[in-house]
Amino acid sequence: MNIPFPNLATLMPEIIISVAAMLLLMLDFVFKEKSYLALIGALAAGIVLYVMPASYGVTFGGMFISDSYSMYFKLIFIVNLALTLLLSLKYIEREKAEFGEYYSLLLFATVGMMIMASAGDFIVLYLGLELMALSTYILAGIKRHDIKSNEAALKYFLMGAFSSALLLYGISLVYGLTATTDLYRIAEQLKQTEVSSVLLLGMLLIAVAFCFKIAAAPFHMWAPDVYEGAPTSITAFMSVGPKAAGFAVIGRVFYVTFHGLQTDWTPILIGIAILTMAVGNILALVQTNIKRMLAYSSIAHAGYMLLGIIAGTAEGRQSMMTYMLIYAFMNMGAFAVVILLEKGEEIKDYEGLSKSRPLVAALMLVFMFSLAGIPPTAGFIGKFNIFMAAIKAGYTWLVVVGVIFSAISAYYYLRVVMNMYMKDSTEEARISPSPSIGLALFISVVMIFVIGLMPSLLIG
Amino acid sequence: MDYPILSTVIFLPILGALLIFIMKRSSEALIKWTALAISIINFVLSVPLFTNFDKTTAAMQFTEKTQWISAWNINYSLGVDGISVLFVLLSTLLTILCVTVSWNSIKQKTKEFYAALLLIEGSMIGVFCSTDLFLFYIFWEAMLIPMYLLIGIWGGPNRVYAAIKFFLYTLVGSVLMLVGIIVLYLNTGKSFDILQMMATNYPFNLQMILFWAFFAAFAVKVPMFPVHTWLPDAHTEAPTAGSVILAGILIKMGAYGFLRFSMPILPEATRAMAPAMMVLSVIAIIYGAVICLGQTDLKRLIAYSSVSHMGFVTLGIFALNLQGLQGGILQMINHGIVTGGLFLCIGMVYDRTHTRKIVDYGGAASVLPVYAALFIVFTLASIGLPGTNGFVGEFLIILGGFSASKIMGTLSATGIIIGAAYMLWLYQRVFFMETNPKMQGHTDIDLREILTLLPLIVLVFWIGVYPNTFLSIMDVSVQHLVARVNSPGLQNIQPNVAQQIIEVIK
Repeated sequence: MNIPFPNLATLMPEIIISVAAMLLLMLDFVFKEKSYLALIGALAAGIVLYVMPASYGVTFGGMFISDSYSMYFKLIFIVNLALTLLLSLKYIEREKAEFGEYYSLLLFATVGMMIMASAGDFIVLYLGLELMALSTYILAGIKRHDIKSNEAALKYFLMGAFSSALLLYGISLVYGLTATTDLYRIAEQLKQTEVSSVLLLGMLLIAVAFCFKIAAAPFHMWAPDVYEGAPTSITAFMSVGPKAAGFAVIGRVFYVTFHGLQTDWTPILIGIAILTMAVGNILALVQTNIKRMLAYSSIAHAGYMLLGIIAGTAEGRQSMMTYMLIYAFMNMGAFAVVILLEKGEEIKDYEGLSKSRPLVAALMLVFMFSLAGIPPTAGFIGKFNIFMAAIKAGYTWLVVVGVIFSAISAYYYLRVVMNMYMKDSTEEARISPSPSIGLALFISVVMIFVIGLMPSLLIG
Repeated sequence: MDYPILSTVIFLPILGALLIFIMKRSSEALIKWTALAISIINFVLSVPLFTNFDKTTAAMQFTEKTQWISAWNINYSLGVDGISVLFVLLSTLLTILCVTVSWNSIKQKTKEFYAALLLIEGSMIGVFCSTDLFLFYIFWEAMLIPMYLLIGIWGGPNRVYAAIKFFLYTLVGSVLMLVGIIVLYLNTGKSFDILQMMATNYPFNLQMILFWAFFAAFAVKVPMFPVHTWLPDAHTEAPTAGSVILAGILIKMGAYGFLRFSMPILPEATRAMAPAMMVLSVIAIIYGAVICLGQTDLKRLIAYSSVSHMGFVTLGIFALNLQGLQGGILQMINHGIVTGGLFLCIGMVYDRTHTRKIVDYGGAASVLPVYAALFIVFTLASIGLPGTNGFVGEFLIILGGFSASKIMGTLSATGIIIGAAYMLWLYQRVFFMETNPKMQGHTDIDLREILTLLPLIVLVFWIGVYPNTFLSIMDVSVQHLVARVNSPGLQNIQPNVAQQIIEVIK
């Protein structure tokens, strides 16, 4: 049998990042100054952006697909990676977590996400998911001597392993019925077979596994603890990357593979979306730790994004993708402020910030209002886009639920603003500025206003 | 004049705010003078809107249109008609007074204060000028941010609570309107153009749903009776400039929303709901007035009187006849002038005494004679004495209300009587009676403060004696609106109404 050598050009972005990741592992022994490693990682990300447009195509017999859908997500992953690198430079030094593996693992996790977005086959999807997950487990626990970090890593690992098992079980059930793991061929097979309860069970298990990854309720339990315990730069990375990857596979699996079962999965996702928005927004109200609050807020945002999926239209999926990119900027920005402050993990620490650090407070204000979805920030455009798609698809009542929760969310975002601007503190807030984190903040805030005022750049 | 006048008056203050934002914190004098200069220039720039206004047409004037977000068919389109032009002028005028009244009383974070004030001015004017619903919503919501900060940072002791209450009330109303806006957009052939919406006839049930969606936002802003509870807190706790903006312009945006969107776009629903709206208005008139009698706090009393006066405004609007509407719009301006003036006055005396409790006052007329003279003008205008602007507005409203419903007209008149009672009683307690020892030793208001009040005093008598200057501007637009809202649009409905309704509800 003559198997043709697969076309590797399609895989170029993944190859570049993987090579860079392995290179970093080795260079770790050479460089004392670890920030060079971050530079190499950023360089690799830049090259990827350059070569990505040329990587259109399908390879490995349909197992790996590089289309505009996956590319959009890869753009989000690269943005996420680049911003995380910028945030990490000084922070991990401060936190004494400066290991060469840190950067290498970030890159490996990103490769995993990219593979997930491009997966045309359940097996490839699973490989990507595990690559991403294993890397992030380690990253969550990279502060080896910090017990909270250890707890975060272990919790994340156990929960993640559990969800992987569910995913595999679901995949095997679907495989049993269709005799294939190819996402597109399953869809064709399903057209000819009748909907059976086994198939629905398989689909449900797959959905649950993905919901773990995007931290949708009731599968969100791990998120607050992990977000709190992990180093903040990793929390920032995890709050965007794995979530985006989860949505990327949901968008493909539910829109392609289970397209014929739309009437079956829509009610499930509606229930999950409402629960997610409720749990995220209501529990965020009572948090005193800002990382936990942002964890619940990220759960809530997953709920809004699910509305885009529920819409079931190309427009809905598009709106979810746009939201994801916007969310990346505003969430990264908020975490950048948390990292910038030497003491910034409790919401109480933000008291009187506007007096001692007016610029930092103003930036945080922008991020908070953007997360709350108030114009003229990008957060509003994202929500508007999703709500419009959902209403167009006929889910007006669901959008009403969504906007009410979104209004509730303003309360906890404003609490941070209130602490910064309306309370006084006895001690001066100390910050540890660096050019890289300044750049990350600058990129985030500029993008928030650019997208907020000129959304045409992103839509259509 | 060729320059885009509306864009200029919207964005000059916003640019000014950015300019102030990059100034050095220590150069306070420069910041204040810059804010004053910008607000005065902006007022001067807005005057041509008044002088060059074409009173013979109901169409939008000074229009501008540029494509903005082509994927959603959103345009940056501005324009004013006889209804909105007056509010633009009121906004530019009141902002100057807000700057001057805050001159000495704002001592901390001066830079942020004036920047926020100018940002509010820009977005308020944007609200009144937008003829694209999306653009309108952006300004409508964006204004919340500086307003929230204004109340929460520079307000009174209970400011944080008041600020968050204000923000959440308004936001919940606004997001429901957002849903309504999207539904409207999808039913107008994907257009946010207000003029196009005004020319479309929507099925009745859709109109009803949309009416309530818009009602949620506008009723909170006005505020109408059941959702008014944010107002006393916000007005009381806000700094003087904040109270003036809230009372003078911000709450007018709710009533303006009814005039600009609910009525012309959803005429049949408006007609159907008008009786209910009138009932709510009358409740607000009487309830607000009665509550005023029991207040012990100066600002809180004026705040509740706003509830009562805005009840008159909505009564006039939902009378749906020419007199009622003209009276309602005029009364909006009047209320902005009079209540704005009263809040300015209270702010001035608060700067001296640092108390808002009525019992801490008494005999102020002998200590602050000039102040007392100016205060009585606003008091009498608030009561609606003939010769002042309040009389003209309330007279027209009651006339309109009476011809729409005799009971409502009669009941609303009792509001004026109670109004006279609480305002005169307030004046008596503050300015007459025995001189309170706490009032001794305060200096009378200075030239800056007199100049701050003077423009409003002039307007009180101008509108009171010759309201035609202002009525003539809005006349054609209001006639057009009355014709639109009373037009029998039902015959134009397509046969598949039921199907469309189901689609919307689903």
